Amino acid sequence: MTAAHLPTSPEGRAAARRKTMGRVLMAAPLVVLLLAFLVYPVGQLLSLSVWGRDGFTLAPYQQLFASPLYFNVMLITLKISFFTTLLSVILGYPIAYLISVAEPQRKARLLFWVLLSFWTSFLVRAFAWIVILGRRGVVNQTLTSMGVIDRPLDLLYNFNSTMIGMVHALIPLAILTMLSVMENIDRSLPRAASTLGARPGTAFWKIYFPLSLPGVAAAAIMVFVTAIGFFIVPALLGGRRETMITQLIIDQVQQTLNWGFAGAISVLLLVVVLLVFVLYDKVLGLSTMTGSGAPRAASAKPQGFGHRVGDVILTVLGDVSDRIIALFPRRKRETGKPPLALSSFVWGLLILMSLPAVLMIPLSFGSGGLNWPPQGFTLQWYQQMAASPVWMQALTRSLIVGIGTGVLAMLIGTPVAFLLVRSEMRGKGLMLAFVLSPIIVPRMIIAVGLFYMFARIGLVGTAFGLVLGHTVVAVPYVVMTMMAVLRNYDTRLDLAAQSLGARPLATLRHVTLPILGAGMMSSFLFAFATSFDELTIALFASGGLNATLPKQFWDEVTLQVSPVIAAVSTCLFVFIAVLIFVADRLRRRSAAS
Amino acid sequence: MSSSSLTVQGLAKRYGEFVALAPTSLDVPAGEFLTLLGPSGSGKTTLLSLIAGLASPDEGAVRIGGADVTYRPPYERDLGMVFQNYALFPHMTIEDNIAFPLKMRKVGTAEAKARAAEALEMVRLPHVAKRFPRELSGGQQQRIALARCLVYRPSIILMDEPLGALDKKLREQMQLEIKRIHRELATTIIYVTHDQEEAMTMSDRICLMNAGQIEQLGAPGDLYFRPRTVFVADFLGESNLLPARVTAATGDTLDITLAGDAGTAQAIASGAVLAAGAQVTVMVRPQNVVVRSAVEGSGKLKGKLADVMVTGSLTKLYLDALAPGLPQLVAAYPTRSLSDEHRIGDLLELDWQAADAVAIADAKGH
Ligand SMILES: Nc1ncnc2c1ncn2[C@@H]1O[C@H](COP(=O)(O)OP(=O)(O)OP(=O)(O)O)[C@@H](O)[C@H]1O
Ligand SMILES: [Mg+2]
Repeated sequence: MTAAHLPTSPEGRAAARRKTMGRVLMAAPLVVLLLAFLVYPVGQLLSLSVWGRDGFTLAPYQQLFASPLYFNVMLITLKISFFTTLLSVILGYPIAYLISVAEPQRKARLLFWVLLSFWTSFLVRAFAWIVILGRRGVVNQTLTSMGVIDRPLDLLYNFNSTMIGMVHALIPLAILTMLSVMENIDRSLPRAASTLGARPGTAFWKIYFPLSLPGVAAAAIMVFVTAIGFFIVPALLGGRRETMITQLIIDQVQQTLNWGFAGAISVLLLVVVLLVFVLYDKVLGLSTMTGSGAPRAASAKPQGFGHRVGDVILTVLGDVSDRIIALFPRRKRETGKPPLALSSFVWGLLILMSLPAVLMIPLSFGSGGLNWPPQGFTLQWYQQMAASPVWMQALTRSLIVGIGTGVLAMLIGTPVAFLLVRSEMRGKGLMLAFVLSPIIVPRMIIAVGLFYMFARIGLVGTAFGLVLGHTVVAVPYVVMTMMAVLRNYDTRLDLAAQSLGARPLATLRHVTLPILGAGMMSSFLFAFATSFDELTIALFASGGLNATLPKQFWDEVTLQVSPVIAAVSTCLFVFIAVLIFVADRLRRRSAAS
Repeated sequence: MSSSSLTVQGLAKRYGEFVALAPTSLDVPAGEFLTLLGPSGSGKTTLLSLIAGLASPDEGAVRIGGADVTYRPPYERDLGMVFQNYALFPHMTIEDNIAFPLKMRKVGTAEAKARAAEALEMVRLPHVAKRFPRELSGGQQQRIALARCLVYRPSIILMDEPLGALDKKLREQMQLEIKRIHRELATTIIYVTHDQEEAMTMSDRICLMNAGQIEQLGAPGDLYFRPRTVFVADFLGESNLLPARVTAATGDTLDITLAGDAGTAQAIASGAVLAAGAQVTVMVRPQNVVVRSAVEGSGKLKGKLADVMVTGSLTKLYLDALAPGLPQLVAAYPTRSLSDEHRIGDLLELDWQAADAVAIADAKGH
């Protein structure tokens, strides 16, 4: 509000004051939570790297740069993250493309498999690869029985197995991010191109592809930032030479309790992540991340050298694709359907994406352990799991923490979403960036910072501490979901209710909330699922005894690989599948009403 | 500029059980301006997409300039399409948008540039070449879409409600522009609109569609004054539709009795041959109805004046017929003075020339 518009009457001023107060109250809980459990602990961890017991010191940094070990680990981390990003985006692109152009029913089917992969625990999926690639695993056994090899291959604990696990873990994220941009590409544009004389290859490369680039860029940065802070896959599927930077932080905290050094590594990691973001912003502009706003490259006048080179490359790509397509006989009656080769490729990838977790199901019922093929039929692993107090306590704790996180994140995230969508306040962009910062700061840094803080105020091992930590990382998703819902919500309904005599609270209760219910439910589920699969924070903050399900899973997997884990994996997988199904039903019901 | 004829033969499209377009045939001579008119969901876009090759038909054939193109992809049909939402490429400048079809045809860069400038000249927007589509107003974008379509001189241009999003004033301007371009280039145009007036003023012929079928195809005047079905009579403009029975037929001239024995009259048969005893609907346009005070007793119908409406140049009288079974009647004449001579509740009689009454055979199913 500018000075010229300030109300002059006392009533007007009072009303304006009330409005400001209201806004502050809406934003306060989330801001306080993030300040207390994100900014403070992370800041403290970073300061620990220069502020030792005896005052200011640079010793941790000297240690960091003294040995080539850490530098090499950083290089490996970057290398793994880079290739993971590259492969996830390239392989994910055709899947996202096919989903975006599919008819509604087909789209729902394809999307289900992507979502199933997306929500299936990283742990379950990494564990599945251990079983598949192991010496007596699916691949080796199949090749041996076919006589292709006579001794099992060493498929695990190397760069390739790490890459397989990483790409498998992050490709759903890449697909979903690209999809959100592709869904907004006007479908009549490629059609228009074809009436103007463009062959399919040219229409794709010169029209569709440039328009989808913001999605590719957003996917790339999301995957890269997630990959660089990853430790589950390299720890379970990599060898010594695939150690990533976050694993070093875990070692420092869990084994040597060297907080100063853990802080120094965190600073290094954070600096690298920030550099990547700065680079991204320079090239594309951060606003493309949320899918809103045109990419900066497109708004520049296209006279630059880079633009012309890009144009020539796309023209050539289009030409080449058209020549290749021309080699195949044209199917007469199938205008508008994606080519068969593309569909089969995509379905192949989708099967590969879901297969590992699905393979757990037969193994969990086999009496022969985790060797392929499964032998016999037994429920003993499920019985062991149900009889084990450790697993059952972990389940209870995960459910409690998950529900607590879901409720808390929804309660404090929704008002902020309202504020960001509805009100005309200054510093909206800054507020949004602040709210989204838990996604950008590598999870490991938050986790270690929280651990240090919790240890001193006695929150380690408590459900309450975990709920706070998980809410910090889940709340950005709640805000983003609710913002999307609110943008589609017709505010005239509120005005209509108010004109019919409803006061603001009554309007909220009788009109707004019932309509937004489905959106709130899905953001609750989002937060719940985030907490339910969260390992990094739980790894430290759940303490030794009060493990959550992922923590328990992690402890078991790193100690010994037992068929009980296959049973647990199957349960988790089925649980997630049901959850997605229910969420989809809810969404459809709300769309129908 | 070459322009091609278009022939559509038994073309049909189904989505599952639903018939979006029943087998439809259509002949458009080169250079004609044909408008597809009809209610929402009547299959206009479907027909256009089949002609353009954006969808494939379940049966039937499309011929452009005599060549069968039924299964040719859009990019080999040499036609132009103006999409309802313009479909300008947002990542290209206006110039690049317009030059795109030329590039696809391997026209050299210099010539493409020159021709794009020429096309911009034609739609009177030479100054926007370097802008992006989102930097133009709706009407300007519309004209660019037209320019992009004209620049490669396709032999047929398809336009799907191209003026749908424009305000009245801009719409009328653009209508004139399109007509001018059609005159200058003599290209064949298939034009879709919801707007009757637009259809009447612009077209050589109108193809009125309903429920996936052609209801009637003909010159605008034919459709208006000689509708063949009740649907056409009702859809185009206001009309009095009176149920009646044929008592005698001599050639096209019929003697009829109006429903409820309200009166007898003569009418011209439209379309089907009608014999005595046939049930028909008689259509009389409001402006052909003459209204008099009931004292003379020579009119064809009597009615009580229910409402008077002055719509600027026209005054409309709405009357409740005395006889049962007749709908409300309407008469219209040029507004002559501020106050009309008739009062609400007056008993009036209605009359019309035999040649202005059109008898339409009652068909089942509409
Ligand atoms: N992809 C589709 N799947 C199923 N039905 C469709 C599809 N496309 C169109 N239809 C149906 O076919 C019928 C004809 O649609 P069409 O788009 O041709 O109508 P239209 O005359 O262009 O209508 P409007 O004036 O509203 O644009 C409609 O009932 C529509 O619901
Ligand atoms: Mg249409």
